[in-house]
Amino acid sequence: MSTTTTATTTKLWGGGKSPFDVEYGKLMMWYFLMSDALTFGAFLISYGTIRFSTNGWPDPNKVFKSYPFAAEGVNAPLVFVSIMTFILIISSVTMVLAVQAGKEMKKKAVAINLILTIIGGIAFLSCQAWEWNHLHSEGAWWGMNPFLNADGSASSTNFTNYFFTITGFHGFHVLSGVVINIVMLIMTLTDQFEKRGHYLMIEKAGLYWHFVDLVWVFVFTCFYLI
Amino acid sequence: MSHTATHEDHSAEVRKEVTKVTIILSVLTVIELALGFYMMGIEAAGTRLLIKGTIVILMLAKAFYIVAYFMHLKHEVKNLIMTVCVPLCIFFWFITAFLIDGNSFRNLRNTYDPHFKAQSTIKVEKKEVEHKEAKEEKVEKKEGLQLDAPRTAD
Repeated sequence: MSTTTTATTTKLWGGGKSPFDVEYGKLMMWYFLMSDALTFGAFLISYGTIRFSTNGWPDPNKVFKSYPFAAEGVNAPLVFVSIMTFILIISSVTMVLAVQAGKEMKKKAVAINLILTIIGGIAFLSCQAWEWNHLHSEGAWWGMNPFLNADGSASSTNFTNYFFTITGFHGFHVLSGVVINIVMLIMTLTDQFEKRGHYLMIEKAGLYWHFVDLVWVFVFTCFYLI
Repeated sequence: MSHTATHEDHSAEVRKEVTKVTIILSVLTVIELALGFYMMGIEAAGTRLLIKGTIVILMLAKAFYIVAYFMHLKHEVKNLIMTVCVPLCIFFWFITAFLIDGNSFRNLRNTYDPHFKAQSTIKVEKKEVEHKEAKEEKVEKKEGLQLDAPRTAD
């Protein structure tokens, strides 16, 4: 009787059961990440618009060509940034493994993979700190652009402004991701999740961390490759 | 007993998938980097554009693998997939409209603003000490452009 009424009266969701089949926190993390995607999208599209509206633009291969402990005037474009990219990809993989270990309630595996993820995050941040410091020593900063356009004409400060703003915003996300992961590690080691009976919190932290990796895919392509 | 067996099977399956996606992401990144290196020696604008387009497609493929497998979205309920993906379709409009707008602004300035056009063709010497001067000059230039361009465009 009741089944016939639900079938005929309405096709709308009637409550009583989650239509998404995920817990509240995870759904809200997805919504947050969508809004964050729009923020990063707006930044990158703004960068693209400005780049399309100017005749010349600095050649990334001439700007990002050094790496730590390199000799003065070394010419190694894309080398350092590819290391940074792989660091972030690998830390994303260890995060997936931490989430999976959490689903299997293996506390030790969760802790080890979280530690690896945190190390990856800190390594990435160190790389970025070095790169910022190096560019700053060359005279690049917000409002200062020592690099000429690829065709040899005078450049505007748009290039450095966008570079530092967007990589800075991304770096800040990495930093908060590392802090979140450290909190997760402490909660794991103090058996908080064991007491709750599930490691769902790790999944939410994992979503955030993968998003950081995802954004880097776009930032890396937009600034260093094209 | 049977429960643990299926559990282990599932775990092995997930691990296999993670390994597969890691390899795919690494390969895509290596291809991107190879294209980046290859592009350095190329001057022709058309070829460069083609390579850049390929890199963007590879970037989107990487994004798909991260979201679908690492963020697990592919294995979620369809309602959740739709809820996340449909609103983000705004990016189709967002990217197209703004890039076209930027391009059109450049064309307008090149056509109607001789100063803008001239500036971008003058080759300058390597700038070392001129940070401050260049900055001031540029501010003036920018203000000039903002005033000039729309007026002449009318």
